[in-house]
Amino acid sequence: MANTAAFTGINGLREIRRSPASHLAEAFDTGSVQGTVTLNEGPFQTMVGVRVDRSSEAGARIASVTGGLPERCGDVGGTERVSVLWLGPQEFLVVAPEDAHDSLGGDLIGSLKSALGDAAGQVVDLSANRTTFELSGPRARAVLEKGCALDLHPRTLKPGTALNTEVGNIPVALFKTGEESFRLFPRASFADYLGRWLLDAMREFASPEVP
Amino acid sequence: MLLISCPNCGPRDETEFHYGGQAHVPYPENPNDLTDREWAEYLFYRENTKGTFAERWVHSTGCRQWFNMLRDTVTYDIQAVYQMGGAAARRARPTRS
Repeated sequence: MANTAAFTGINGLREIRRSPASHLAEAFDTGSVQGTVTLNEGPFQTMVGVRVDRSSEAGARIASVTGGLPERCGDVGGTERVSVLWLGPQEFLVVAPEDAHDSLGGDLIGSLKSALGDAAGQVVDLSANRTTFELSGPRARAVLEKGCALDLHPRTLKPGTALNTEVGNIPVALFKTGEESFRLFPRASFADYLGRWLLDAMREFASPEVP
Repeated sequence: MLLISCPNCGPRDETEFHYGGQAHVPYPENPNDLTDREWAEYLFYRENTKGTFAERWVHSTGCRQWFNMLRDTVTYDIQAVYQMGGAAARRARPTRS
């Protein structure tokens, strides 16, 4: 029998998983400017794509599992642990910590599936679809403004807002989590490009400002 | 760069959208009754308007929803944005000749 005891992750696979930007972890570390702008990857979040009419009965059942479904573009529903991003009028992305995944002892996907039941809609495990970048610091907005056409000024974009848009010419979900912190959800295949793009955009803030 | 007002997401850059051709081209009620010429005209023949043109767009990087738009093909002026399936919006100004 194979030596299964060698695997020691939560479900035996955690140790051998590689996140889409894991090869850039060191570059993120050296590229971050403490107190100005920092970048890191928060890998392996549990993500579930939900398609349901939020005004239907199934929508209400799903809302009770996630702690609410957002109503319009930009809104984020959910609880402290689970965020529900608005992707479309009947399409939502549920983002939760890694251990909420059913294979790691959680019950998020299973309970969403049973909440949907036979009703019209969809619950799909998308945990491997996107990775999470966290960009924070006083100059985080300046970094994003180099490649995002949205108005990111705090008078328009409030913390707790998530928008589907383009950053550095690729599609990402942009979630403003705090006054000076953003989470970016690029698809896994774009993670390398976006990571390097952000590092390049951050580079000028490592040097003293030219008066 | 056009600034297009998505009915769901508000004003966004043109690069977030994709074009879907002429709007209000109804699928033939009974395609089997059509001659080859009529079928080809349904499939391939479109207006080539100089002036106000009703067209379909999809907000592919945002909400992924289709909508109709009335746009002037000369000035690129966007005159109206309205729901799919809705009646053609009234032309805001006469077609240029």
